[in-house]
Amino acid sequence: MSNLRILVATKRVVDYAVKIRVNAAGSAVETANVKHSMNPFDEIGTEQAIQIKEALAKSKTGTAEVVVVSCGPAKAQETLRTALAMGADRAIHVDSEEDLQPLAVAKLLKAVVEKEKPDMVILGKQAIDDDSNQTGQMLAGLLNWPQATFASKVELGDKSMTVTREVDGGVETIKTPLPAILTTDLRLNVPRYASLPNIMKAKKKPLAKFAAADLGVDIKPRLQTLKIAEPPKRQGGKLVESVDDLVDKLKNEAKVL
Amino acid sequence: MSSLSQLGRSARAINANLPRASVARVATNIAPRRTLLTLATAARRQGAVLAQKTSAFNKTTSQTALRAFSTSLPSLDDAEEAEEESDDPTKAERYADETDVVIVGGGPAGLSAAIKLKQLANAEGREFRVVLVEKAGEIGAHTLSGAVLEPRALNELIPDWKEKGAPLNQPALEDHMKFFTKNYAIPLPHPPQMTNTGNYIVSLSNYVKWLGEQAEEAGVEVFPGFAASEILYNEDGSVKGIATNDVGLDKNFQPKEEFERGMEFHAKVTLFAEGCHGSLTKKLFRQFNLRDECDPQTYGIGIKEVWKIDPKKSKPGTVVHAMGWPIDNSTYGGAFIYHMGEDMLSLGLVVGLDYENPYLHPYKEFQRWKHHPYVKDLLEGGECLSYGARAINEGGLQSIPKLYFPGGALIGCTAGFLNLIKIKGTHTAMKSGMLAAESAYAAITSDKYEEGKPIVLEDFEQKVKDSWIWKELKEIRNCRPSFHTPLGNLGGVLYSGIDTILLKGRTPWTFHNTTPDHERLRVATNAQKIDYPKPDGVISFDLLTSVSRTGTNHAENQPVHLRLKDKDVPVERNLKIYDGPEGRFCPAGVYEFVENESGPAGTKRLQINSQNCIHCKTCDIKDPSQNIDWTVPEGGGGPQYSYT
Repeated sequence: MSNLRILVATKRVVDYAVKIRVNAAGSAVETANVKHSMNPFDEIGTEQAIQIKEALAKSKTGTAEVVVVSCGPAKAQETLRTALAMGADRAIHVDSEEDLQPLAVAKLLKAVVEKEKPDMVILGKQAIDDDSNQTGQMLAGLLNWPQATFASKVELGDKSMTVTREVDGGVETIKTPLPAILTTDLRLNVPRYASLPNIMKAKKKPLAKFAAADLGVDIKPRLQTLKIAEPPKRQGGKLVESVDDLVDKLKNEAKVL
Repeated sequence: MSSLSQLGRSARAINANLPRASVARVATNIAPRRTLLTLATAARRQGAVLAQKTSAFNKTTSQTALRAFSTSLPSLDDAEEAEEESDDPTKAERYADETDVVIVGGGPAGLSAAIKLKQLANAEGREFRVVLVEKAGEIGAHTLSGAVLEPRALNELIPDWKEKGAPLNQPALEDHMKFFTKNYAIPLPHPPQMTNTGNYIVSLSNYVKWLGEQAEEAGVEVFPGFAASEILYNEDGSVKGIATNDVGLDKNFQPKEEFERGMEFHAKVTLFAEGCHGSLTKKLFRQFNLRDECDPQTYGIGIKEVWKIDPKKSKPGTVVHAMGWPIDNSTYGGAFIYHMGEDMLSLGLVVGLDYENPYLHPYKEFQRWKHHPYVKDLLEGGECLSYGARAINEGGLQSIPKLYFPGGALIGCTAGFLNLIKIKGTHTAMKSGMLAAESAYAAITSDKYEEGKPIVLEDFEQKVKDSWIWKELKEIRNCRPSFHTPLGNLGGVLYSGIDTILLKGRTPWTFHNTTPDHERLRVATNAQKIDYPKPDGVISFDLLTSVSRTGTNHAENQPVHLRLKDKDVPVERNLKIYDGPEGRFCPAGVYEFVENESGPAGTKRLQINSQNCIHCKTCDIKDPSQNIDWTVPEGGGGPQYSYT
């Protein structure tokens, strides 16, 4: 009988369907009054954890506790409530108003891992706002745990897991002992809807709050964004009459020859 | 589907309560099948939800009452149905929850009603459950309006709104009325109702978002992302509550892996606050004959954009209204330009949906209006941030239906309290919500309340008639109908000028809205095609670019929410007789007549791009064949308006 504790890390990001704009100062993307939701890869992560829990319960081979954690300002709690509504058991909010970059988040999660002692940590492969694709890997490095990233299939064994990964060359299957880090890719699963009765029940599930400062971790940003600009508007294509015309345009207008 | 034929049978068998449908005349409600087989299947598919289902089994007592009154014997058909349906997750029993009041719609009316109810309950220290469901993913996401807000109702509801951070940051400072010709903007006097001293230029979407926060703080349970798709009835015909729609059906109505049954809210009073031309409200009109004594509702379509303009051109607090070019004299229409402050400009065009020319394209009228020198000058150097559209009520006093029915009431624009001369409906919508709240709270908490006996909010309608809502609407009731003479807009402006400035509505006569908008279209052969200029991509835009600025999105592979009653009518009738007006009045490019590849050469078919829908309801209103039925898609879908 295995009793697993699964820690799922989530991030509140600008909703994927929103048309984003650069703010007036050119320093960041405009986030005021813009719809936010859980990072889609984190939804997949939460779903995977819940599926593991349901599979264990169904086959009566064990139990699992799904704990979701999010590092961010007060509104991150909305994301946690969504995860609880999907079926997570309890939530942890690491409260911070600072700009948390992947290294800082990895350090905070390490502190949470040392408190909670989970058997696996599931993260999304990257957040859709910064596309860093670093936190899972950095966390594995800090904890000195094995990592299985870009997972498209996961099978749990006895104190181990077999993960199929999506890599540049195709698909790779690896087996790692637990505890380990898992980061999710798109094809791992389809997250469930949080049904209204579950949303109402989620309000009663425990949500613990820690201040980032209390975890004794250095979360100073290491990177500074100098400028953000929209990509240049796409120019229309042009039809050319002859090869000479093409060469002339490449040389004199596009200036690539 | 076989269940539809059952409904037909049960509809004819008056008062025979067959186990599968609750009230005879209701075609909208299929009562869940209460067989243990069904529950077991549901358990296999939705493990975690089973616990709630069994408790719901005990909670919903109406079914046992149903069996007690059943006067017909189950037939062989029923047994076969039981076999087929017991394995069908889409027929599984829904989780049901009890509440004091459930409110459909999280706009100004719905939220004001919710806040008022909790204010009354909190003042008495009474436990009172108010649940509000809203189809948008976030409160405010489907809200769009000019808007210049008259704070009259807000002052009554939340007098300390300023301390609480209401986003009323830009007072209206100057009013201008203009008549546009192709090249000039001629100043005009305006009726006194259009003076905006004391009012605020707002983004209604942000205002509603703030109201939503106030509601949650007051203890209202607000559930955005859940669409009420079904009205529930008790056996006595009164409204029992609503059900949210099932999610996770594919476009053939088959359950996908993520299928979740909707849930039911049973309430002592259900308030419908769906906004203009609500999809459940239109069913209530038929169910309770609420429109027997009033004129048909008439509508306009409001199309707007929000721009960030050159700071040198921004005059915060300036309110401009314009009539004339490009709208012709026989089409009702007017434009607005509001300087919102912080270099933001809200501008738009309202076109009366009683227009006659099927070639009229409201979106393109708006785009070409922006090229008027007065408007173009404001927009040059600026950037368009947001676009959207919504139908609005124009019928006024004469088109207000009966407001209450056993178990519920209508509030806000779904009933139709918009003051067209002021071009404001928010303050009256809020007030109607507040009055309904007072009425409902008194009825529910009264000693005379009896469980099982439906609440009839007769005094709510009387309160509305005694309030400033009625006084305002009565004063201007003759203005809009006065545009329906052969003198067109000229006649309307002249009459309205006299009525609003001199007579103030104190006339013995009341003009009527005689014809519904969908009957106004002329046949295409009698109409003149309009040659609209191509958008330049700087001031004016093509339709799909604008649609991308609404942020509209619907989850993929779900049933198309725009239902055709007869799938041949669009080509056989709309295209043949009116040359396909739906391809022109939809501001989101949902309806397109395309080549019919699978039919004879040269024939067309109607393609419905329901993904683009921005929930404006114009198609349901203006379809000359009344063949398009706008139903609510999965909750959370639709536009994602900001700044509007």
